[in-house]
Amino acid sequence: MSRRSSWNWKLLLRAAAILAMFAVASLRQLPPAAPSISCAAESPAKDRKAKGPQQPGSKAKDDPLGAAVQAWESKASGSGGAPALNQNPFSTKSDAASPANRIDEFVFERLKQKSITPADPCSDGVFVRRVYLDIIGTLPTAEEARKFLENKSPDKRRVLIDELLEKPEFADYWAMKWSDLLRVKSEFPINLWPNASQAYHRWLRASLRQNMPYDRFARELITASGSNFRTPQVNFFRALQNRDPQGVTKAVALIFMGSRAEKWPPERLAGTAVFFSKIGYKPTGEWKEEIVVFDPNKGKTPPAPAAPATPAKPPASAKPSTTAASSAPAKSAPAATAPPATAPAPAAPPVPVAPLFPDGTPATIPADQDPRIVFADWLIRPENPWFSRQIVNRIWYWLLGRGVVHEPDDIRPGNPPQNAELLNWLAKELIDSKYDLKHIYRLILNSNTYQLSSIPQSKDPQAAVNFAYYPLRRLEAEVLIDAICQITGTTESYSSMIPEPYTFIPEDRRSIALPDGSITSPFLEMFGRPPRDTGLESERNNRMTAAQKLHLLNSSHVRQKIQQGPALRTILESGGDGSKTAEMLYLTILSRLPTEEETYAVQEYCRSPGGGQTVAWALINTTEFLHRH
Amino acid sequence: MRDEKLPSVGRREMLRYGIGATAGLWLNDHLRAAEKEEPKPPSQPEAGKPETGKATEGKAKAVIQIWMWGGPCHIDTFDPKPEAGNDYCGPLANPIQTSVPGIRISELMPGLAKLADKFAIIRSMTHGQFGHETAAYMTQTGRMPGGRLVFPSVGAVVTAMKWKDGNSNNLIPPYIVLTEPQGRFSEAGFMGIRYKPFATGGDPNAGRFAVEGIVAPGISDEQQQERRSLLNRLDKLQQAMPGDATASAAKTAEGEAYDLILGDAGKVFDLSQEKNELRQKYGRTTFGQSCLAARRLIEKGVRFVTINFGGWDTHKEHFQTMRRKLPELDRGMGTLIADLSDRGLLDSTIVWCGGEFGRTPKVDWEPPWNGGRGHYGKVFSSLVAGGGFKGGQVVGKSDAKGMEVQDRPVYPCDLIRSMYRMLGIDPDGNLPHPMGDIIPVTPSKEEGVQSAGELKEIT
Repeated sequence: MSRRSSWNWKLLLRAAAILAMFAVASLRQLPPAAPSISCAAESPAKDRKAKGPQQPGSKAKDDPLGAAVQAWESKASGSGGAPALNQNPFSTKSDAASPANRIDEFVFERLKQKSITPADPCSDGVFVRRVYLDIIGTLPTAEEARKFLENKSPDKRRVLIDELLEKPEFADYWAMKWSDLLRVKSEFPINLWPNASQAYHRWLRASLRQNMPYDRFARELITASGSNFRTPQVNFFRALQNRDPQGVTKAVALIFMGSRAEKWPPERLAGTAVFFSKIGYKPTGEWKEEIVVFDPNKGKTPPAPAAPATPAKPPASAKPSTTAASSAPAKSAPAATAPPATAPAPAAPPVPVAPLFPDGTPATIPADQDPRIVFADWLIRPENPWFSRQIVNRIWYWLLGRGVVHEPDDIRPGNPPQNAELLNWLAKELIDSKYDLKHIYRLILNSNTYQLSSIPQSKDPQAAVNFAYYPLRRLEAEVLIDAICQITGTTESYSSMIPEPYTFIPEDRRSIALPDGSITSPFLEMFGRPPRDTGLESERNNRMTAAQKLHLLNSSHVRQKIQQGPALRTILESGGDGSKTAEMLYLTILSRLPTEEETYAVQEYCRSPGGGQTVAWALINTTEFLHRH
Repeated sequence: MRDEKLPSVGRREMLRYGIGATAGLWLNDHLRAAEKEEPKPPSQPEAGKPETGKATEGKAKAVIQIWMWGGPCHIDTFDPKPEAGNDYCGPLANPIQTSVPGIRISELMPGLAKLADKFAIIRSMTHGQFGHETAAYMTQTGRMPGGRLVFPSVGAVVTAMKWKDGNSNNLIPPYIVLTEPQGRFSEAGFMGIRYKPFATGGDPNAGRFAVEGIVAPGISDEQQQERRSLLNRLDKLQQAMPGDATASAAKTAEGEAYDLILGDAGKVFDLSQEKNELRQKYGRTTFGQSCLAARRLIEKGVRFVTINFGGWDTHKEHFQTMRRKLPELDRGMGTLIADLSDRGLLDSTIVWCGGEFGRTPKVDWEPPWNGGRGHYGKVFSSLVAGGGFKGGQVVGKSDAKGMEVQDRPVYPCDLIRSMYRMLGIDPDGNLPHPMGDIIPVTPSKEEGVQSAGELKEIT
């Protein structure tokens, strides 16, 4: 098999891709010959069967995700008819407005082709809550919600989006997401240790706060050398359980290419691993400090004891399946896998593996060059098919609950984007904006697509994957407990099982701002905070379980917050005929005003603080509160 | 062929371990079939391939794990060394004979001494780890940490493999920790959140055992009903989107939660249903009443109960702590074993007691320890009773001063394999894995984990 063979889907489809690209040619600077967004070309053959030439990149019904998606979808459209329109506080009935930006052209065109009716636009009450939660992981306060609802300005949504993107909580919330992916955790099985975790988190937060261009962000992480305490970026490597060259390659591919390198052809993985074969780890006199260095002699001498990795394996030993099963044992029991066997051999690896870029192109690494730099230069080129696509896809996934390629960290030929033009265009926007991530956030958030109601108007099983409505998702553990704390005016206590150094967590520290995955609470554990073991998006589990529901309905933890929380008490003790209290409770908890019917239902309760608490308890337990919607 | 070295499973096992195990987990985790993290059965076996490692029908159905977090001293509990002198025994130099001739245990455990025919002591546990986390991981997963995978604990594995055998309509969680979760040890490992244990919180020794979420002191059943109907009335978004998978899953979870709050299932935690006399026997401490609660849970079909009994990390004030805690252990575990036996449950229930390691045999007399003991992973003791394990036995031997294994080392995975064997879980079968990877229940030879074989002596 030639080196290119497994990737030549790119070449085969290039001609079709060129066609596809003409559709958006005026927007492109990229030469069509460099199929920078190569997955776009994945399915033209199918498309020709399915649809007209205007949509060469579009994906037809025979989606490779196939049965799984459909099964899921058919559940979604299972029972019950469309709800009574306009009887709810969640959507508005306005004509499908003119597209806010190109996103809507791509999405609505697709929906039209598939005869899927998109959901109605969401109401202002839904919008204000949604963007606060999505952009800053924080519930709006009653005042913030009211201010927005009362604002009559036609562009108030755009203005609010801009405001939120500049809030410090933006950096908190997204540093949390990145810390999940980059495994920012002091101990077990990741062993960053508290000092380094905090430094790493601070660096991530600062990068997001200043909106560091994404290409620089990636480059700094991949090429950093220095102390884990003083050059926080080096913790990218230290936060890997498997630090051998292939282990590092898999992490880099997962994070920055959205690709599972274990599915690559083995020679490709081995070739790319060469770029990460010269990373050394040196202890210092300071406790738990470690210096990550470019070590040109690595692999020629016995491995440093600090690195648990075995020396770079000759490619012959790289089995075709690098499943978890086969990689795990290789790492375990360092004592058992005796390193001496490899040490004395002077010509250690029988055949030195030639470096290969992940696309199969041979690379040359100058003798004294840190190979990571060569790799980073390749990675962040605008022509790189993976780099920009994967991050815009991730942002789409983060904001809309489903990737254009889904799973967002499993980009591969067999898993093409649902809407290739959309993804291409976003990637292009990212490159043209000099890798300004907030620009991408802004585009998505301002689109009508994003601002659709979560109540579907179509039972078509394809509605969800084509973004015909905003999907309901349970709040993440951290966001949920922060919201409950904000409503009640209470705080949480956290613990870390790491004995020392002692870490002080201020009383009012919010969960989204915790700097270290080892600092936790029973609530966070129960509600599926990711363990930060693998860097996979799927580690985070937002499924509602009965145990979680028990906790919310009936635990002493939540009950005490509702009974004793000073913020809630202030609302409940304000007196009156109950309608004012009802209004404040709705604004505080659901970020909207109650309907007349709702006011009527709770007014009586709200006349006494105890009854008001019951209403607050009920609202906190509604589907509306517990989910992004 | 990547699979050759790994044990394959037959279709029957596949169904049993994969699909079967996921079908009946706590409160029928609905919705889940569609979800990514759903553990899938190992994807591969082809028809015609020989079935290997068939599970035998074990006697044991459930496990009660008494987890002594911190690391209890072997010399002061089940492996006394009175001949080693004061530097090793300190003031606890007079072990007592048990009901089984030749077996001595600590003088502070007279109750257990009477029951020695019912349990086996393993005196040669070893893994050589001296850090709490790594040692706790090894003793509870049988594997070394550090690979790409984080492995599930015995509790999660037993739950995954055995839950199907139970009553799948059972609302009580199949894997329970009394009372506080273990903290840094992720019990479920790669198998994911659904295999995490339910930690009760509360105090079983309190007037009312306020199990988090199930029992709310001060709220009557009528009030619970009223609150529930108010919630239903206010749940507008739920009403606006019938048929939405996420919304209905949330509603289903709520219904299940209410079945526990208002239905009979939650009554298992009501220890006041027990005779006062028996409660006294177990000891009116959190630990003692946890042992009682564990028995009640096992009777209701729970598969794995961990009693998280911490406080054994005795770098200082070691002997004072022993004088306080060992009698508590003695009453609680002794009464538990006797009670299970009286009820005919001991044959089907494994009681497994131990910590992550032992403690330094030589006492640290000098400041700042002033008579403390450090971590010690070279040799330590564990105890197993019931579930088919032979009682009145001692497995392995430490040397005269409890410093090294002298005879028949037992590595954590050896003990774990033996327990699985008793439970009818094939130790060479496969675990449910979210991506369908083939991961053996216990470490395969290729993993290089140290092993000295299953405990044939007591099985």
